Amino acid sequence: MSKDNQILEELTSKEYEHGWSVNYETDEAPAGLNEDIIRWISAKKEEPEWLLEWRLKAFRTWLNMAEPSWANVTYPKIDLQALKYYSAPKQAKKTKSLNEVDPELIAIYERLGISLNEQKRLQGIAVDAVLDSVSVATTFKDTLGKLGIVFCSFSEAVKEHPELVKKYLGSVVPMTDNYYAALNSAVFSDGSFCYIPKGVRCPMELSTYFRINAANTGQFERTLIVAEESSYVSYLEGCTAPQRDENQLHAAVVEIYAAAHAEVKYSTVQNWFPGDKEGKGGIYNFVTKRGICEGDHSKISWTQVETGSAVTWKYPSCILKGDHSIGEFYSVAVTNNYQQADTGTKMIHIGKNTKSRIVSKGISAGKSQNSYRGQVQVMKRADNARNFSQCDSLLMGDRCGAHTFPYIDINNPSAKVEHEATTSKIGEDQIFYCNQRGIATEDAVALIVNGYAKEVLNQLPMEFAVEAQKLLALTLEGSVG
Amino acid sequence: MLSIKNLHASVEGTPILRGINLEVKAGEVHAIMGPNGSGKSTLASVLAGREEYEVTEGEVIFKGKELLEMAPEDRAREGVFLAFQYPVEIPGVSSTNFLRTALNQVREYRGQEPLDAVKFLSLMKEKMALVEIDQKLLSRSLNEGFSGGEKKRNEIFQMAMLEPTLSILDETDSGLDIDALRIVSNGVNKLKSDQTATIVVTHYQRLLDYIVPDYVHVLYKGRIVKSGTKELALELEEKGYDWIKEEVDSATV
Ligand SMILES: Nc1ncnc2c1ncn2[C@@H]1O[C@H](COP(=O)(O)OP(=O)(O)OP(=O)(O)O)[C@@H](O)[C@H]1O
Ligand SMILES: [Mg+2]
Repeated sequence: MSKDNQILEELTSKEYEHGWSVNYETDEAPAGLNEDIIRWISAKKEEPEWLLEWRLKAFRTWLNMAEPSWANVTYPKIDLQALKYYSAPKQAKKTKSLNEVDPELIAIYERLGISLNEQKRLQGIAVDAVLDSVSVATTFKDTLGKLGIVFCSFSEAVKEHPELVKKYLGSVVPMTDNYYAALNSAVFSDGSFCYIPKGVRCPMELSTYFRINAANTGQFERTLIVAEESSYVSYLEGCTAPQRDENQLHAAVVEIYAAAHAEVKYSTVQNWFPGDKEGKGGIYNFVTKRGICEGDHSKISWTQVETGSAVTWKYPSCILKGDHSIGEFYSVAVTNNYQQADTGTKMIHIGKNTKSRIVSKGISAGKSQNSYRGQVQVMKRADNARNFSQCDSLLMGDRCGAHTFPYIDINNPSAKVEHEATTSKIGEDQIFYCNQRGIATEDAVALIVNGYAKEVLNQLPMEFAVEAQKLLALTLEGSVG
Repeated sequence: MLSIKNLHASVEGTPILRGINLEVKAGEVHAIMGPNGSGKSTLASVLAGREEYEVTEGEVIFKGKELLEMAPEDRAREGVFLAFQYPVEIPGVSSTNFLRTALNQVREYRGQEPLDAVKFLSLMKEKMALVEIDQKLLSRSLNEGFSGGEKKRNEIFQMAMLEPTLSILDETDSGLDIDALRIVSNGVNKLKSDQTATIVVTHYQRLLDYIVPDYVHVLYKGRIVKSGTKELALELEEKGYDWIKEEVDSATV
């Protein structure tokens, strides 16, 4: 074996850091997917009748839908009947404060480096922690409550703010939007809900951590963010899962609603288990994320750092309905080993003078496949719509693939749409230059890749930018000999 | 400090270096001259550990250790510095960030504590003054969009920061304007000590007016074909390489 291969071997054997699982007693739905299971979930969650009906309607529609096959990914058919659609850690029925949360569950999050203990919390970040199917704890609730901000688990919102949930649920991503969104609508178990009242600037980052722990469980969270007129919120989502041989399905739906002059920043650092280096196991991440800039001068900005999952299928999108509204999408997607990612965005310009900006940085290593798929649509009445798209791909080694699928659909002659794309290879001479200054190859790759992704990483809140940088380096370890 | 014995190296099967012998002692400055394509940059690259070049014969001892056995980053950490003829651009990485990573890895190797941000900054300030480099340049992406002269000046700035024992300057003078040449050369001279050595690769006498060599070597077709003192450089400046080429070519026929 050559020296290079040896180094490569050594480094790729590095394991996924969050690959552990914990045994705790769970309350689970039996495996299978049918109306009874949906009734079971809804009853378990003590849901109102209208929500059960909504779920059942989604389920019946879903039965007639086909799994999409247009994405540039391949995976064996998922047996949806073998999955369990609800798994909750057993604990005291209702927890009013963190003191009542099972210490074992708090320990799980501590192990992930996420402190749910308010005394030791990250400065200025409120956290909602979702384990398997249910939300375990939401910190900072009182502080936020004083401002009229609602930040809680989805189940809680259904109970305490049913009128809000009823009004906005499915308003951005209709239950029948696509196969996975319909599935989610039928069986979603929990997630986060966030409501920012008129004129309120949320003083801290709101953050949700998703963790899949139980085996053979699909995780179907539902996130709903509503920003009323002239409000502002920055929201962060992080995710991990244990290392398992079998694949696990994750099909979330995120909906964002922005009224006039409101601004929502949504950042994701996605680190689901990517499968091992032979491509065994890993999360199938089929997610629908969409925001609507309903009011004039509103703004929605998506930032995502995608490092995990075996297969990713995800297109955070913006419907720019209000005049002068702005949509942004900043993405870094890294794939290594046998990972596959098909990700990008859709910017739909409906209002006048709407603007969108897309910055996508793909990094492929190993035998992975990384696709950017983006759509810019300018409707008839969207005078003076502007879009700028920058799609860069960075290749490491010669066994991986990078693909770009831009779709542009313009129905108004005043539109200005710019698209730039580059593909580059990480340069031997760049690495050698770093080596010559005393920097080891691994660190050189991290440095070069972080430099390449800088424009996107800069969009993240400080703490998470640091976390994301480390994650990028970790994901790419061993990809250059 | 550095002892090169019968060094042969090839690229994709083509021999480029064909038996180099060179002894460099601490405190010395050696100039390497020679026509285009004679192998000067190749020699520098082989010493720095570039993988494309395969060493087919010979050995190199640096401070008592087998240099050729070491990984490129370890050579750097041991004190070998190469100022590149064509410095590489690294988009999105500032010089400051780059150098901090480099310096701390070098320090770690040498068993020193990493420098904190404050100490690092004050060291930067000190070295910036030495080569009169602008702070603005250092907060930009490394070498990206730098002018030719700015790149070269940045190389010497990095050298100042890393304090190597053996510096190899590959045509650092090319691209520098008259003032910059003086400033950069003065910088190099200030960094010299009886503990360090310098190898300068150049085509022109004007650099050697500032950085005065103890020895001058002429590289031709992968061999050092003539060595002398600084007067040899003057002679070359006047007469060119033809007389040497003739000498060598007639001898080998
Ligand atoms: N990577 C490479 N692949 C093929 N040939 C190479 C490579 N590197 C160097 N060479 C060849 O080796 C010879 C020596 O090149 P080198 O760059 O060392 O010359 P030099 O003495 O530095 O020249 P100059 O004065 O022009 O800088 C040249 O003929 C060059 O084309
Ligand atoms: Mg050269």
